[in-house]
Amino acid sequence: MIDFHEVTFAYANAQPVFDRFNWSIARGEAWAVIGGSGNGKTTLLMLLAGLRLPTSGHIAIEDQIVDRPRPRTGLVLQEYGLLPWATIQQNVALGLKVRNFYGPDGRHAPVEHVVGPIGPLVEQWLKRLGIDAMRDRYPAQCSGGQRQRAAIARTLVLDPDLLLLDEPFAALDAATREDLQNLTIELQREQDLTLVVVTHNIEDAVFLGRKILVLHRPPHAQPIVLDNPQAGEADYRSRPSFFEQCARVREALTHGSALVTPYA
Amino acid sequence: MPKRDLFITSIAVLLGWQLLAMLLQRDIFPTPLAVVRSFVENFGEIAKHFIASGLRVVASILIGVFLAVPAGLGMGQIPRLNRIFSPLVYITYPIPKIVFFPIILLFFGPTEVAKVLTIVLILFFQILVPVRDEALNLRPELLNSVKSLGAGRRALFRFVYFPSALPIVLTAVRLSIGTAVAVLYFTEVTATYLGLGYYIFLTSSTLFDYAATYAGAIAMGVLGLVLYFFIDWLERRLCAWQFAV
Repeated sequence: MIDFHEVTFAYANAQPVFDRFNWSIARGEAWAVIGGSGNGKTTLLMLLAGLRLPTSGHIAIEDQIVDRPRPRTGLVLQEYGLLPWATIQQNVALGLKVRNFYGPDGRHAPVEHVVGPIGPLVEQWLKRLGIDAMRDRYPAQCSGGQRQRAAIARTLVLDPDLLLLDEPFAALDAATREDLQNLTIELQREQDLTLVVVTHNIEDAVFLGRKILVLHRPPHAQPIVLDNPQAGEADYRSRPSFFEQCARVREALTHGSALVTPYA
Repeated sequence: MPKRDLFITSIAVLLGWQLLAMLLQRDIFPTPLAVVRSFVENFGEIAKHFIASGLRVVASILIGVFLAVPAGLGMGQIPRLNRIFSPLVYITYPIPKIVFFPIILLFFGPTEVAKVLTIVLILFFQILVPVRDEALNLRPELLNSVKSLGAGRRALFRFVYFPSALPIVLTAVRLSIGTAVAVLYFTEVTATYLGLGYYIFLTSSTLFDYAATYAGAIAMGVLGLVLYFFIDWLERRLCAWQFAV
């Protein structure tokens, strides 16, 4: 579904973050991308989202070169990116409003988008994410977990096929964190989403990513990938294999590719 | 502000004024009772000037907002525009625009355009600068997340830049009302026969009817206050999120 082909990316006057980087993701896979700060996690997500473009090489999603944000890619950012002046309901409706604003032009909204009432769909997702009671509240009046749910609802209401999450659980307490992790997995399966979660948190990565991309130290040329087939299973967090996997990720983060089979 | 506090303060000011006027016994410092009498007697006349002044200042505020908000948002959103115009704003901002009034009079004559333009010139910069800064300082994750929902420049303007600037526009307007009314007075002192500025100036320097002068000054204060309250009300309606707890 997603192909990075010889992707090089560098910020102005800086060393490249990615250097002829090749990577591919199949449809419906759940990936976690892990790395320390400044190692290019968010850059990778921005590239996937079409908010930054490769210096050379290209990224294709569903055989289409990504040169701008793609209507069917959903992005949830670290700070949730909710509009502070809009209620939860209005925030969740925002993407649909933007689509109605442009109409089905294939650039801002998918060609099959039908301009119509958005209320029922928004209500459905507010209920699905359990935030319908918060409908008329402003983001500042909601807890971190509720805001995150709103940000996810706002994305899913647009029926994406690819969901990108940037440090989605960073500011949450442990219980809310697990709760939202479970919800993410549930939604990924239910909506048949391709999922890419970027995180600096090892447990997040190991619980969510059936495959884990480790960003050790830039520039990244060869992807370092760990298979993690038990990810998302209900009691995975309490199995010994979970902790072993965490240790393996930690090793990879510290020593790079030395201990890990390079991704074919 | 609690209504009771406002009421008590008003009464205290009036009492103090009455006492001081009785003590001083000067015709250039009439008692509030004399002023109220004059106000009532000349109500028709004052109302006529009040409406003229009100229309000028409201028109100026509206024109100022309609020019400055898009300009500020444009500069905040389009770096090239900001690069070109920021130095211009920087060097012209500190110039007290009121000094251009005589020049504007030369160009436009003693017209409504001259008066309104002078006030617009002052308001324009007071709104432009904070709106531009607000747009410049919008959090990138906010912009990115809305871009990822498909928003291009037009939708960002409509759904992000414009609503984000609303509170700052209203604050700038509210802070500018005092200046606007002061400048209004200045522009009405010359070259007109209509407006509270003219009325105040005429009654004090030609008619020596000091009670009427004070009545005119009070009307001018009321004009400022009404505008101020109106902006307050607008802010509560349009920026409800700022008051939500």
